[in-house]
Amino acid sequence: MTDTPAKLAPTNWASPEMTGKLKARYASERRFRLVGLAAVSLSALFLVCLLVSMTWNSVGGFTRTEIKLNIDFPALGLTVDQSQLEAPDAAEVLSRAGLAEAVSLSAMQSYGPQGASFVSDGAWVDVRSKLIANPGLLMQKVQINVAASDDLASAARGEGAPDIKAAYDRLAKQGAVGSAFDPGFLVRSDATDPGQVGIWGALKGSILTMFVTLVLAFPIGVLSALYLEEYAPKNRWTDLIEVSINNLAAVPSIIFGLLGLSVFLTFMGLPRSAPLVGGMTLALMTMPVIVISGRNAIKGVPPSIRDAALAIGASRIQVVFHHILPLALPGILTGTIIGMARALGETAPLLMIGMRAFVASPPDGLTSPASVLPVQIFLWSDEVSRGFIERTSAAIIVLLIFLLMMNGVAIYLRNKFEQRW
Amino acid sequence: MTTTPKMTAQHVSIYYGQKQAIDNVSIDIATEHVTAFIGPSGCGKSTFLRALNRMNDTIPSCRMEGNIELDGQNIQTSGMDVVQLRARVGMVFQKPNPFPKSIYENIAYGPRIHGLAGAKGDLDGIVENSLRKAGLWDEVKDRLTDSGTALSVGQQQRLCIARAIAVDPEVILMDEPCSALDPIATARIEELIDDLKGRYAIVIVTHSMQQAARVSQRTAFFHLGKMVEYGKTSDIFTNPREERTKDYITGRYG
Amino acid sequence: MSPTILFLLVIGLGLITWLAARGRAYGFSAAGRVKLHSLPSYHGWYAALWVIIPAGLFVVIWSAISPGLSIQAALADPSVAALPLMDMERNAIVGEAYQIARGSGQAAFNPAASALVAPMKAAISYYGVIGAVLTLIIGLAGGAFGFLKLRPDFTARTRVERVVMGLLLIASLVAMLTTVGILASLMFETARFFTMISPLDFLFGVKWNPDPIAPLSADTGKTFGAIPLFWGTLFIGAIIAMIVAIPLGLMSAIYLTQYATARTRKWMKPLLEILAGIPTVVYGYFAALTVAPMIRDFAAALGMQNPSTESALAAGLVMGIMIIPFVSSMADDSIAAVPQAMRDGSLAMGATTSETIKRVLVPAALPGIVGGVMLAVSRAIGETMIVVMAAGASANLSINPLESMTTVTYQIVQMLTGEQSFDHPATLSAFALGMVLFIVTLILNIIALRVVKRFREAYD
Repeated sequence: MTDTPAKLAPTNWASPEMTGKLKARYASERRFRLVGLAAVSLSALFLVCLLVSMTWNSVGGFTRTEIKLNIDFPALGLTVDQSQLEAPDAAEVLSRAGLAEAVSLSAMQSYGPQGASFVSDGAWVDVRSKLIANPGLLMQKVQINVAASDDLASAARGEGAPDIKAAYDRLAKQGAVGSAFDPGFLVRSDATDPGQVGIWGALKGSILTMFVTLVLAFPIGVLSALYLEEYAPKNRWTDLIEVSINNLAAVPSIIFGLLGLSVFLTFMGLPRSAPLVGGMTLALMTMPVIVISGRNAIKGVPPSIRDAALAIGASRIQVVFHHILPLALPGILTGTIIGMARALGETAPLLMIGMRAFVASPPDGLTSPASVLPVQIFLWSDEVSRGFIERTSAAIIVLLIFLLMMNGVAIYLRNKFEQRW
Repeated sequence: MTTTPKMTAQHVSIYYGQKQAIDNVSIDIATEHVTAFIGPSGCGKSTFLRALNRMNDTIPSCRMEGNIELDGQNIQTSGMDVVQLRARVGMVFQKPNPFPKSIYENIAYGPRIHGLAGAKGDLDGIVENSLRKAGLWDEVKDRLTDSGTALSVGQQQRLCIARAIAVDPEVILMDEPCSALDPIATARIEELIDDLKGRYAIVIVTHSMQQAARVSQRTAFFHLGKMVEYGKTSDIFTNPREERTKDYITGRYG
Repeated sequence: MSPTILFLLVIGLGLITWLAARGRAYGFSAAGRVKLHSLPSYHGWYAALWVIIPAGLFVVIWSAISPGLSIQAALADPSVAALPLMDMERNAIVGEAYQIARGSGQAAFNPAASALVAPMKAAISYYGVIGAVLTLIIGLAGGAFGFLKLRPDFTARTRVERVVMGLLLIASLVAMLTTVGILASLMFETARFFTMISPLDFLFGVKWNPDPIAPLSADTGKTFGAIPLFWGTLFIGAIIAMIVAIPLGLMSAIYLTQYATARTRKWMKPLLEILAGIPTVVYGYFAALTVAPMIRDFAAALGMQNPSTESALAAGLVMGIMIIPFVSSMADDSIAAVPQAMRDGSLAMGATTSETIKRVLVPAALPGIVGGVMLAVSRAIGETMIVVMAAGASANLSINPLESMTTVTYQIVQMLTGEQSFDHPATLSAFALGMVLFIVTLILNIIALRVVKRFREAYD
């Protein structure tokens, strides 16, 4: 080359200038790395913070303040006899027999005129379930632990008016009040008093809703994934279907709620607040997730399997249902569980279809009014009392445990059946 | 060899996890020469090349034993900084890998990160100079702002060579630089290598014996992770000492 | 007879037909006359489908119309004459009687209803029997038709497979129907809204203060200005949340893919993914319970008068945290899609890792990252529970993040819960807001998916 321009002076890497530059570059490298580490740590910190705050608050939610109550059933003169307690309508009979008044009376006998304000308004329900479980009690004088009133429960946390605090201290000295694990939280339903609430109603609502979602979304999702991946001709209709599915997966969940409201409730006249409608709405939301993960799983099955099956004379349907589907199933199931977990935690669309009512008993069918766990959390979160804050956190922990289990199963499936071709 | 070698390697062995890729290779690389590494694929020649500027560090499972020196300084010790080493020992890859930036930015990248250009004018000078040396200036001088990926593959490879030149290296490693190119583009790269050898020590890995014979002054033959023979290119091709070299060159295997 | 029992009846009939038809096909092959075209089980399926499809369809239609028929019949009863003629009351009584007669209600609330229970019960069982008989006839007729068509050379497999194909096609149409359903329901109600409120007032008005019980007047439109909602939505979802999520998500992805050891990555990645799996109601509760009070105290410390508990900042911050894993996984994918050769090329020139990331990898991955951020924005602006629980109800047009703000999703929830009358623009406005939300997220998603797709193709 004749026209080479003048060569610049060769770089002297040992010069102070260059070593200084190098030092600065390494410092910037370290800073950048630290920023990255900080970002990861901060994100993890948020998670820890959230979980710790929920767990911390939930401890009180799984326990409740209870007060000992001496009840002399024979002396109370309830107009009930033992045989009635074995009948199926025992609960109703006891309610009508004035059990509530009897319990307040016992409280006053035990703790003086103030006594009635120590027990929860719903304490008689505790007594009722004890009686139904063991009708023989009706002939005895017994000591039963019942839910303490909200005021007393606050006093147990060191809150509230001074006089009730003093009363609490007095009772505590007698050993009459205390905090106890409350297994009833898992078997009761919504109530107005935080001492009496439980999540079974919401949990059952969630289970029923998820059942409907699964029954609808899984077959439809898997079948459309199979169609799109294995059979669909390349034409405008197929494109339209694909675009629909991809967009549905990203549509805000509340829009599905609007759809459920105007189509299922207003147009089809299905009942409000029902697990059936909730499940249908969530199924529409979950289906695209299943289709997308299903297609990926089906894509993962190598063409050689198809060729092998076709070559021995299997029809296209047989290829898919005998070979492709079983091989893709773990992937499809993983996607389904993840979609179902998302549906289980979903709240907004269910609010749209009326699932925000106070439902005090567990739903007994797909069409009876129900609540679901996340909605129950939302409803309780509106309550200001400290008792409800703890109950809300406890419900959140229950919900998170369910989600964790579902995700655990999904990860297990993925690891166990993941196949590398 | 009469002059002091630019780089020397002593008893170098390289492992990928448990698998040994290079077994006890010692070699001197002369400055202002083109050294070719030839051998059947999988013989470890590329692995050895990547050891010369420590690109193997980017592969977590890769481990090296032995000594490699640049101007008498061990490149593995802490005294030798890897950033500095790679600036001094540039590399051109098998497949052209221009950054998805403009032609100008591709060349300016190295000088910028190393802080080699003071003023804006300096940078323009370096870019022009490097492109001229790579024989690409006339083709691209009017479209320096076009994306580097818009060039033809042959031009892309010369761009990558220009990019390597721009940081003013002392050694340029080329890992099969023509394997992705057509014969005309290959011829241009070979001319370029010939032009460049006056200023740099060039090490080229190639699977083409003709190419090795055309461009290099010294040739090393690798086989199964060992260096079988190393010497003047003319000697290796006309009068190999080793039977295996002869078999390879005459096309018995490879 | 309840639909469940009818369905079981159909399934049972189908099973019997399946067994019978399969047996017949075995008979053909055992007789050895001709080689069967299809396996015996396909013959079984063919005949069974002739039972299940027509009879199943009938059960679906019947369970939709039979309550109406029963009620009609019951209303012919003389006791009906006593019922009030007012529509609403009358319907309530009839509905109650129907529920009781079905056995799902308890004691009658309205005495008039209990009188109607007996005729209602009679009508229901009458139509129940009719339904069962018709189901049986249709099922048997179908089964017999299918059964009689079986021949050794009958192409049962092809025909069954054609039905399966039809089923697959129908399943895949559900997604499209859902999209159409969303569009139709939103458009229908939005159109009704716009007959009452001018679209200009809605889209460009700056005052949002609808009164769900006020009668319509000329000025009603002035209270439906949605600009404050759009602003609140953008401010919380696209600005505050992204200020949190983009740097944290991007840097987390960079650290985990480029710096972290394999072990750290193995632990930290799932940990971040947990953030994505936490239900939004939990985030909302966290925002309301923990973050919002902290921000209120902070605002008070800054000297703000009467800071509200609910603030745009609280909602936006928590939403940002929720979005982190989303941004991080999109960034992770995009950076991973940049060919290794780029990274090697940069490192081979002596660039440090951070220089390579900042100057080569991130610029090269930028289209993918931008697409990911757009998807994240679309998710954030459609997020409901966090803003419902933490952002507040007041439609403020402000740039102070410490103030309470409201969003499109919040107002949708607000307008559609509680007593709603579908004739009032306040209720219908929820659908108009939903329409805006749907269109905006749709556009964002389509553009984002295009960008990401083109980016992927560039490196394939």
